[in-house]
Amino acid sequence: MPDKFDAIVVGAGVAGLAAAYKMAQEGLSVVVIERGDYPGAKNVMGGVLYRAMTEELIPEFWREAPLQRPVVEQRFWLMDSQSAVTTGYKTKEWAMEPYNCFTVFRSQFDQWFARKCTEAGVVIINETLVESCIMENDRVVGVRTGRPEGDLYANVVVLADGVNSMLSRQLGFHKEWEPRQVALAVMEELKLPSEVIEERFNLDPGMGATIEIYGDSTLGLVGTAFIYTNKEHISIGVGTLLSQVRQLKVRPYELLEYLKSHPMVRPLIKKGEPVEYYAHLVPEGGYKAIPKLVGNGVVVVGDAAQLVNGMHREGSNLAMISGRLAAEAIIMAYKIGSFEARDLSPYEENLRNSFVMKDLKKYKNASHLLEVNPQYLNEYIPATNMALHEMLTVDGMSKQEKQKAIIKRALSRKSLFSLGKDVYKAWKAMK
Amino acid sequence: MHIIVCVKQVPDTTEVRIDPETNTLDRSSAPAIINPYDSHAVEEAVRLKEQFGGKVSVISMGPFSAVEAIKKCIALGADDGYLLSDKKFAGSDTLATSYILALGIMKVCQRKPYDLIFCGKQAIDGDTAQVGPGIARRLGIPQLTYVKNISSVNPEQKEVKVHRKLDEGYEVVTAKMPCLITVEKEINQLRYSSLPDMLRAARYQPSIYGALDLNADPLMMGLKGSPTSVLKIFVPTQRGQGEILSGDGQIVVNQLINGLSSRLAQNI
Ligand SMILES: Cc1cc2nc3c(=O)[nH]c(=O)nc-3n(C[C@H](O)[C@H](O)[C@H](O)COP(=O)(O)OP(=O)(O)OC[C@H]3O[C@@H](n4cnc5c(N)ncnc54)[C@H](O)[C@@H]3O)c2cc1C
Repeated sequence: MPDKFDAIVVGAGVAGLAAAYKMAQEGLSVVVIERGDYPGAKNVMGGVLYRAMTEELIPEFWREAPLQRPVVEQRFWLMDSQSAVTTGYKTKEWAMEPYNCFTVFRSQFDQWFARKCTEAGVVIINETLVESCIMENDRVVGVRTGRPEGDLYANVVVLADGVNSMLSRQLGFHKEWEPRQVALAVMEELKLPSEVIEERFNLDPGMGATIEIYGDSTLGLVGTAFIYTNKEHISIGVGTLLSQVRQLKVRPYELLEYLKSHPMVRPLIKKGEPVEYYAHLVPEGGYKAIPKLVGNGVVVVGDAAQLVNGMHREGSNLAMISGRLAAEAIIMAYKIGSFEARDLSPYEENLRNSFVMKDLKKYKNASHLLEVNPQYLNEYIPATNMALHEMLTVDGMSKQEKQKAIIKRALSRKSLFSLGKDVYKAWKAMK
Repeated sequence: MHIIVCVKQVPDTTEVRIDPETNTLDRSSAPAIINPYDSHAVEEAVRLKEQFGGKVSVISMGPFSAVEAIKKCIALGADDGYLLSDKKFAGSDTLATSYILALGIMKVCQRKPYDLIFCGKQAIDGDTAQVGPGIARRLGIPQLTYVKNISSVNPEQKEVKVHRKLDEGYEVVTAKMPCLITVEKEINQLRYSSLPDMLRAARYQPSIYGALDLNADPLMMGLKGSPTSVLKIFVPTQRGQGEILSGDGQIVVNQLINGLSSRLAQNI
């Protein structure tokens, strides 16, 4: 008789581990199956990890988890080819418990999280690919792995297999993602002494900063770039919609090289020795792309369910919440001893009532808007740069004249009407 | 048959960096793996067990984290694992390590004596190839090193016949069991572990023995029991690329002779 578990979790990313941890805490027998050499081996993130959602699972995790730096400052750049309009926010409060968010290396964090799961009783199997779900009478009853004697059975299967989610596609929960529903992100870790990082980013020892960059960083493609500080590394990356990469035939590493050589960026990363290079997909389909989340004996969580808020680079936290909510629904189903779709549906309901779905709904048109209206990135950001340039360059012209010139130039490129239309569209997409 | 396999957890040397300024190993970024030769030793032991019946016990000396290496061995089909771990073992060189492992083997084999002991031919983090032979010497049994093939095992006659790899060709040797065998990678191909073995490994907890459990002599282990010490680790300086002469044979030979003699002249 092969082993049977209460739950099988496919994928040891933060979504899968969150679900496994919660279920094991409630006494369910749980196995996590991960194709990588170890949890986190394949997982990529900038990465900012949010305190609140992690703490819901593991109180005061920051005292023991392998974190890089608490983020005390978040900066935003609207970048043109030679300049940037910058803003941001820094506070002492984020430098103290309970903090707001941290930079992390996922390979380290996920391993630690997996160890917490093991301590809670979860069995973790690495280096094992799940090839398909085993179906019986229209319900998922287990998974088939690529190993000899590789079938495994459970009452419920949690699909936490990340952005591609081959398994939920096989179940017909969604089609293959369209190229505009995923972004391709590439990033590098550059090694630098911690004092150098602190000096360049104006940080107290041990503290961190993030920079989100819009505009020129992506060579005009719809996407964003980021620079995050770790203890002894700077993470620098750029992501753009796959549809755009294909259409405009840009190679991802060219984008990264462009970003690294940009005059605004270069001084920050000078002499950083590249030690790792990653490329990974990010779900960008948003609210409209969310697949079916619940079936008989099966739920979908995290990136596999397209739960990423690209506008706010939130993914890991949504993954963790979805994992936890799925676990809570499974625990309830376990108590009544039935794991049909209707028994698991509280997961979907609770997700819909949480900020996760509310946020995704709010931005449901945002990335599409940028894709069909490249002027937001390609015209308005340079125009903003130009406007500030003129206002702040002291050359003897009166401020009033300058304002007039700025407005005149804006209108020479675009009618007041189309400007107004763009503002309205943007407001609608964000409201 | 009771087969013992000694394994070591090592940093993945393909990922170890040596800081060229301080000449120290930066192991922080290198993941810990089971010494690759040792996996083949486990595989060979498991194959013999499948053929002749019996049991495979794995022994490792190392820090607590080496539990992971032992679990890997369970996934490969080993039955039991033992970790010899104690602060007093820290700093042991090959002499002290073979002492501790020999004690471990005796402890594990109190009830069920061993027929064969397997080791990898060497550990990739030190390349000394001394621990296996050291254990054999301490236990007073024959040692067969650099084995690339076991051509026959006869449990009744207590005899084993192997091919030992030499610089050129190989040597066929017969030895009495019990004996110790260190293996080359080519001795077998690792098999893909079955899911039940993976599950057993994930749940497995090896027994852990310290210096007291082994009745180890404090003067024979750790730094005190280690006459060798590492003075310096360095990256070998790169050798310049050789010069390649090509073209007509006669001309090339003349070029070579001229080149060599002018260089000789320079050196003198
Ligand atoms: C460059 C980049 C930067 C990012 N920055 C941030 C950030 O700063 N902050 C943030 O919150 N989010 C960020 N994200 C998003 C975030 O990384 C994801 O949302 C998050 O990792 C999702 O977690 P997950 O557990 O759903 O999926 P993953 O972390 O992708 O985990 C899926 C796991 O499933 C395994 N798997 C897949 N298929 C199978 C199979 N068939 N069998 C067995 N195992 C399988 C994979 O190996 C993997 O371990 C970023 C993403 C990228 C690419």
